[in-house]
Amino acid sequence: MKHFFSSRTGIVLTGGAIGIIASLLQYLGNPPNMGICVACMERDIAGAIGLHRAGVVQYIRPEIIGFVLGAFFISLIVKEHKPRGGSAPLIRFFLGVFAMIGALVFLGCPWRALLRLAGGDGNAIVGLLGLTAGISIGVYFLSSGYNLGRAQPQKPFSGWVFPAFMLGLFLLLIFKVSFAEGGPIFFSQKGPGAMHAAVWISLAAGLIVGIIAQRSRFCTMGAIRDVVLVRDFHLISGVAALLVAAFAMNLVLGQFKMGFEGQPIAHTDHLWNFLGMVLAGLAFVLAGGCPGRQLFLSGEGDLDAGIFALGMIVGGGIAHNFAMASSPKGVAAFGPASVIFGLVFCLVIGYAMRDKVKA
Amino acid sequence: MIEIDLRGFGCPIPVVKAKRAMEENPGQPIAVLVETAVSRENLTRLANSKKYGMEVEETGESEYRIVLTPKP
Repeated sequence: MKHFFSSRTGIVLTGGAIGIIASLLQYLGNPPNMGICVACMERDIAGAIGLHRAGVVQYIRPEIIGFVLGAFFISLIVKEHKPRGGSAPLIRFFLGVFAMIGALVFLGCPWRALLRLAGGDGNAIVGLLGLTAGISIGVYFLSSGYNLGRAQPQKPFSGWVFPAFMLGLFLLLIFKVSFAEGGPIFFSQKGPGAMHAAVWISLAAGLIVGIIAQRSRFCTMGAIRDVVLVRDFHLISGVAALLVAAFAMNLVLGQFKMGFEGQPIAHTDHLWNFLGMVLAGLAFVLAGGCPGRQLFLSGEGDLDAGIFALGMIVGGGIAHNFAMASSPKGVAAFGPASVIFGLVFCLVIGYAMRDKVKA
Repeated sequence: MIEIDLRGFGCPIPVVKAKRAMEENPGQPIAVLVETAVSRENLTRLANSKKYGMEVEETGESEYRIVLTPKP
């Protein structure tokens, strides 16, 4: 009944392995403090397929594909692949859009916030505080009866669609398909999008993380949520292990540089670093998982998680097309407005989607 | 016995609702229906922290009826 990965040791080893893999991916070519960043990598995919034209962040990241396919294969093997869906998909889509916008104002999802901290970027502390604040707001809604309703069992084939989409992306990547002169598919010639480990290394890393994270239910948002909600320190011990392992590896590989100024792919606008992550954290709680967890769930056949992931990819396109995504120079013209708009959206959803309280 | 059907709810709703049922019905056993191994694992940790005993019955293919009984 009880399997190894659901134990405390299992989650700690998972977090530690992810930290080491992420740090190694940076060493092997991924952008600094971005060994794994689900938001950034989905944003790069959005750019590669032309949903935005920010030339420096366009690449089909094999890690994302590996996350989904790793979780897909292992869930089939352990008989946890269970197609299900229909729990407010449209709302989940928009939660994904706004989660991405918030993450791109900060410049990273919770995974990258941890990796930035492990690399010495002090701005990550501000982001993680914002994340915790956003999650705490979400926990308030959960405690008030918030939920998005039940999912229904779906026919077996539906659970293959999202993994097939990932396989399609992978084929576009390895055959470098061009649909018109100059793209799509777009591949960055410079900037973070041009920095990546070899395709097979990235894919293997993604598959390993997908497998161990599916087994251990690793979730960066759930870690903080469980502490706030039920004083459960299970998941957060995995997150702590990730942080320690990535920090140690960064020291070994000479990738550690402490400070606030001049950190790679980061800015020092504390207010919007904080509020961007408040938005992302709140959206993740309302949707039931961090962006990584949503990918693992998609692999397991959770169609609603797949919709959230698609919302994030589209959100990456929107964030860059509408000047909402930050850059190392700072917050973009419409970043602050989009965060406030997103917060209002999430607060309304959190309030409106509560069960009616019995009189 | 209090019975709650939490099939179809994603994480962490089963934990939230089971916890509320515990708090609203102190000292009483609670039966919970859930659908995923994740919910089962999460309820195991909740039961441990709330000092409830737990009996799991597999009622279908990955469908569980979990009886939570407060320890004296």
